[in-house]
Amino acid sequence: MLETLWNNRIEVIAVVLFAVGLTTLFLHKNLLKKIIGLNIMDTSGYLFLTSLGYIEGRLSPIVSDGNTDPSRYVNPLPAGLVLTGIVVSVSVTAVMLALTLRLYRRYHTLNLDEIYRIVHREQEEEP
Amino acid sequence: MAKKSFRETLREWDEGNFDFTMKTAGIPLPENEDGKEKEGSEWSRTPHLRTAGSEIKAFSKLYPVFAGLLLFAVITFLLLVIVEMPPFNSPDTPANRSEVTWRYIRSGLSETGAVNIVAGVILDYRAFDTLGESHVLFAATVAVMILMLAKREEEEPEEELSILRNDLILQNTAKVLVPFLLMFGAYIILNGHLGPGGGFSGGAVLGGALILYSSAFHPGKLQKILNMKSYRIIVLLALSFYSGMKCYSFFSGANGLETIFGTGTPGAILSAGLILPLNIAVGLVVACTMYGFYAIFTRGRI
Amino acid sequence: MNYIEIALLGLLLICGIAACVSRNLMVSLIIFMAYSVIMSIIWALLRAPDLAVTEAAVGAGISSVLMFVTLKKLRDINHTFGEDQSGEEKLS
Repeated sequence: MLETLWNNRIEVIAVVLFAVGLTTLFLHKNLLKKIIGLNIMDTSGYLFLTSLGYIEGRLSPIVSDGNTDPSRYVNPLPAGLVLTGIVVSVSVTAVMLALTLRLYRRYHTLNLDEIYRIVHREQEEEP
Repeated sequence: MAKKSFRETLREWDEGNFDFTMKTAGIPLPENEDGKEKEGSEWSRTPHLRTAGSEIKAFSKLYPVFAGLLLFAVITFLLLVIVEMPPFNSPDTPANRSEVTWRYIRSGLSETGAVNIVAGVILDYRAFDTLGESHVLFAATVAVMILMLAKREEEEPEEELSILRNDLILQNTAKVLVPFLLMFGAYIILNGHLGPGGGFSGGAVLGGALILYSSAFHPGKLQKILNMKSYRIIVLLALSFYSGMKCYSFFSGANGLETIFGTGTPGAILSAGLILPLNIAVGLVVACTMYGFYAIFTRGRI
Repeated sequence: MNYIEIALLGLLLICGIAACVSRNLMVSLIIFMAYSVIMSIIWALLRAPDLAVTEAAVGAGISSVLMFVTLKKLRDINHTFGEDQSGEEKLS
């Protein structure tokens, strides 16, 4: 089992980073930290996908010498999938940062618990 | 306090009356706090909020425990999955033996004319995907605009970036770097079908160059060229050009017609049919989006 | 590939955990930039140059710049409302 894990070390690292990002996203109170955690989760998923297509000793998927033998290049499919994901993740980050700024303007804190409490109190005060 | 059933508790929590953090902390609500809070914080100034502050404190003590437990559970579960997975670095995994991959590599060059197989995949075989993604970028910009655009009466102060704008080191660095960055971005976009790169990365480099320029110098000159109006025109033209070209491509491809965009000789800059114009369209959209994000975040308008 | 790959993976793990654990938001953002750069090098080693170029430009460039601008803007909002002392504490 340990040998398998050592052979799949990139995937192991990706999994650990995914768990770290998930924990930060769920349990950290700071909103900006949550965004960083989500970004780490994103990139670890992309790392996992990319590592599935890698084969030692093969070339990157750019045709050289007109040679189109499939056993000469690594798998181009994960790279194509991940490429679109990276740019989507940055736009998601931008939207989340804009939301965070709006929240901060309204409540003057980045702590999600305090925001909940202020909202709760405001709801109690105005019947 | 009578013990409630789980269902009642859940309903209370759903309606917002139940304090989840106190329940998990397992300690009774403290009656009084004398000087526990930090001096000068908003919580100690408002007596009503004191209990809230101490609840948060109780939760923050338990935070490392929860974090550790969640981390441990997720890692264990996913590692058990990895042990069962096909080995890394082997050509015999299902992902690497799939017929789709083989087809992309074997006939990608002759069918799309792109030397870079990834560019052929994302802009020819799976061009619909990329079109949708360009629209995601556009939708994200629209969402950020809705949230952040400054209203007329409370426009953001111009001195916000004044510290940066008078920085001599930043200005001289920008003077040297911005032309090269623009050229490099254009190179990445135009060579997307010949080497690594393409519309997304080249557009991001172009956007980075624009951001550097506008953060180093007064953004007035840039705003004359790239304001809201030209942003709308560029993005609308690029997206509709992309849609129109793919419509034409699907129509002619499905009916077996001959397209006017041949694949050309592989390796030439004017080859690979539609990939080069589509790369340019995607690059323009990405560059405008990235610069637009920055401009909206700093000044409240593009 | 072997030794440099292991070193990069270790650095990646350290950067990922440090970005989540560090107390100061500014430090956290800078570590996140380093994380993105290391990730792009690993992708170059994994024979995915398209991804490496995109991540270096997007992850380490645009994404981090947006976060820095957000942090600056949060400080500005703090100063506008006169919470100059306690504001710094709240942000970190």
